[in-house]
Amino acid sequence: MNETTEAGWEVVIGLEIHAQLATRSKIFSGSATAYGAAPNSQANLVDLGYPGVLPVLNREAVRMAVKFGLATGSTVAERSVFARKNYFYPDLPKGYQISQYERPIVEDGSLEIMLDDGTKKTIGITRAHLEEDAGKSLHEGLKNASGIDLNRAGTPLLEIVSEPDLRSAKEAIAYLKKVHTLVRYLEICDGNMQEGSFRCDANVSVRRFGAAKFGTRCEIKNVNSFRFVEKAINYEVARQIDVLEGGGTIRQETRLYDSAKDETRSMRSKEEANDYRYFPDPDLLPVVLEPAFIETVRATLPELPDEKAARFIRDYALSAYDAAVLTSSRELASFYESVVAAAGGAASAKLAANWVMGDFSGALNRDGLEIAGARVTAEGLAGLMARIQDNTISGKIAKDVFELMWADRATADAVIEANGLRQITDTSAIEAAIDAVLAANPGQLAEYRSGKDRLFGFFVGQSMKATQGKANPAQLNELLKKKLDNP
Amino acid sequence: MTIHTRSVAELAAGLARKEFSAVELAEHFLARIERSNSALNAYVTVTPERALADARAADEARARGAAGPLTGVPLAHKDIFCTDGVRTACGSKMLENFVAPYDATVVERLHAAGTVMLGKTNMDEFAMGSSNETSHFGPVRNPWDLDRVPGGSSGGSAAVVAARLAPVATGTDTGGSIRQPAALVGISGIKPTYGRVSRYGMIAFASSLDQAGIMAPSAEDCALLLQAMAGFDARDSTSVDRPVPDYVAELGAPLQGVRIGLLKEFFAHGLEGPTATLVQAAIDEYRRLGAEIVEVSCPSLPLSVPTYYVVAPAECSSNLSRFDGVRFGHRCKDPRDLMDLYKRSRGEGFGAEVKRRIMTGTYVLSAGYYDAYYLKAQKCRSLISADFKRAFAEVDLLLGPTSPSPAFAIGAKVDDPITMYLNDIYTIGANLAGLPAMSIPCGFDGALPVGLQLIGPHFGESRLLSAAHAYQGVTDFHRRIPAAYA
Repeated sequence: MNETTEAGWEVVIGLEIHAQLATRSKIFSGSATAYGAAPNSQANLVDLGYPGVLPVLNREAVRMAVKFGLATGSTVAERSVFARKNYFYPDLPKGYQISQYERPIVEDGSLEIMLDDGTKKTIGITRAHLEEDAGKSLHEGLKNASGIDLNRAGTPLLEIVSEPDLRSAKEAIAYLKKVHTLVRYLEICDGNMQEGSFRCDANVSVRRFGAAKFGTRCEIKNVNSFRFVEKAINYEVARQIDVLEGGGTIRQETRLYDSAKDETRSMRSKEEANDYRYFPDPDLLPVVLEPAFIETVRATLPELPDEKAARFIRDYALSAYDAAVLTSSRELASFYESVVAAAGGAASAKLAANWVMGDFSGALNRDGLEIAGARVTAEGLAGLMARIQDNTISGKIAKDVFELMWADRATADAVIEANGLRQITDTSAIEAAIDAVLAANPGQLAEYRSGKDRLFGFFVGQSMKATQGKANPAQLNELLKKKLDNP
Repeated sequence: MTIHTRSVAELAAGLARKEFSAVELAEHFLARIERSNSALNAYVTVTPERALADARAADEARARGAAGPLTGVPLAHKDIFCTDGVRTACGSKMLENFVAPYDATVVERLHAAGTVMLGKTNMDEFAMGSSNETSHFGPVRNPWDLDRVPGGSSGGSAAVVAARLAPVATGTDTGGSIRQPAALVGISGIKPTYGRVSRYGMIAFASSLDQAGIMAPSAEDCALLLQAMAGFDARDSTSVDRPVPDYVAELGAPLQGVRIGLLKEFFAHGLEGPTATLVQAAIDEYRRLGAEIVEVSCPSLPLSVPTYYVVAPAECSSNLSRFDGVRFGHRCKDPRDLMDLYKRSRGEGFGAEVKRRIMTGTYVLSAGYYDAYYLKAQKCRSLISADFKRAFAEVDLLLGPTSPSPAFAIGAKVDDPITMYLNDIYTIGANLAGLPAMSIPCGFDGALPVGLQLIGPHFGESRLLSAAHAYQGVTDFHRRIPAAYA
């Protein structure tokens, strides 16, 4: 699979993902959760942990956690309990974080990931629990002092803990992306990694193949992009193997990933770890969910990514890969389906897939746009496909047409008309072009006819050029062959 | 008739008759505070301007015809309740300079009912104590004997009502902090059912036990005030959304046929001397009033003190973590680094008893000790609750002493925390089980008042108040005022 396994070491990874729930207000107070506000402008007395204030649970956060539980086939607890995790830190106003400990709201689910070779693997989800985020300490621009911004304090998080089922950085990324896709499908998290709405800690260990017990693990914190998660895990795996092969032992510790140096370094050892003194939070009642409530939430679940991909494979005859790419976000899948519908249905599905995954996605990436901001609509793209299918333009010219459509927000027909890109299908016109090329290249013609077959390509190119690339390629090929071979 | 010797109900009637204005009433009490507070040390903050402003507003409301039953009634708040714009120190150096930016729900509701705030009362630091001697602001003195404690932690509230430096005061009760001081100064005090009164804005000691209540001369006064305080509050998740009965209207409920249980465990050991005699006399009085007296048992009750002293410190150790010198409260001078800031701010800001409880609580929640202490205590708590539940299947009310002895001398138990903790032996059970309970005066041991405790089933405040009211209809202990303050 990769070099580390070849060296006889098995990699074992479990991920803890923190997904910020997309509620409008905080999990235990009425403050707004919008990102990027002026420091402490979204922190009320509850967020500041003032004497006498009390937390009140945001029901919306509960509903979102239930959605996630149902979407991962988990057990949604009919009774879960908030606990206090006690430790001192300046950006933790109460001196404890309200989290769930012994009784999480979601337990025992799974997600399926696809490996490189196309096989599927089930990754267990141990639990997902609700908790509040801490604030942020600010050090930049301050002398001999630290600033504290409590806007983020009390933002609802769903901490999603996987089983140690992942066996490589690649698997870890596939799982991470799967969760990322799912939470956005469920509209419970915006998935924005730069803003910290979707973060991940990785528990990494290695062991000799065949070993019965897991190796000692290290927890890598502070990784905020898919790429960095992969790099951090790979660095950590190599480091651990290095230590073990050098006769050393791995210390259980928390390590920080430094993306600038591409390395992990020790943050604190197990011995230095806090005793969090968890106990049930007496300010909050247990969260009791009636089965009827859980069913009403189930009724709001959208078609999930795996279901959608299976349907695409079935209804549109797509490959598993194409289906996976097209269902990677709800918006992309919906755009794709609009294109197919506008293009007249399943017969156009493969062509639509190629265009949506190819030029369309490429243009979005290039311009840094979301689908909502795309400069070619689903109907527009279907219009372009129609001109390919009715031979008005070739697939090659279509790429130019697409770029012009994108640049001018124009329809395919308008672009084709304005630029005279209509494909030439008139046999006599193509023949005239071919005749002219043959006449202009008597030497090559003689060589071809004496057996130099590979000059055929030369004549294709010249003839296509003579029609400004507009000749129907199949027709041109056929006519050229006929003229070359039958003098 | 002198103004200050009247009960709240009588003062409210006087206001309604326009015998005196709210401003005159406030001025009268402010003058008494001015004269007597320095000897008692019962108020830590007096708010004359606020009182007069409230009183003027009350008089205007009455002139408009918008007066309610409490409009113009002066009161004092225990300094554990946050009061917007007024210092809320909670008996601690930690909050010596803390001005709350908001009103506790209790303060807000009583203000909306037209009451007039005279000031904030002294208390044991963060409500941890049974004698008011742990206050950073010095001990409160018992109006019946200045060398004795008024009980705690609501000792200031108890003393101001006993000495009539306020007709009524709010209190909080985590392990007896309303009832024990009420007993020791000879007034009436009610701790409602857990969840009956909002805890929002009440500085937390032990969240699962804390409950706000009222301290006043009579049960009728308690009913009047509780009426305005009680009820669901969306800001407190543990407050209960359940209609509030008309406590005042139900005060007259007859005692005929009411079954009153005597808890065997309350009378078994240690209860002797004048307190035992006075409680026995009260039992006889209840029998004469038509109640049926039966003996019941809560065999787990002897576990209540050790259970309490695990649960309460555990919760307090976490609740008091927010006092870290970062955002509010005491901050040490020139901290070297973060750890120094934490250690010195907390080391300097908290007193010895608070530190003892934080350390105890931290210990019982620690890895390796949690099961043996905290978890076991929670199991004991369940047993105690179940025992009470069984008892209330047989009886309507439970009756017993409030405190093992009358007020003790200041300094007598200060060096012996265990003896001090045993003061709460009769009161803690109701907190652990979340039950409503009252203390009312039932006589005197020499010159010192003795309290009688009544405990009701969950949300049984009406029965509790009417039983106390019936007793007060045939006794006058609750009307007695120390000679120096009469």
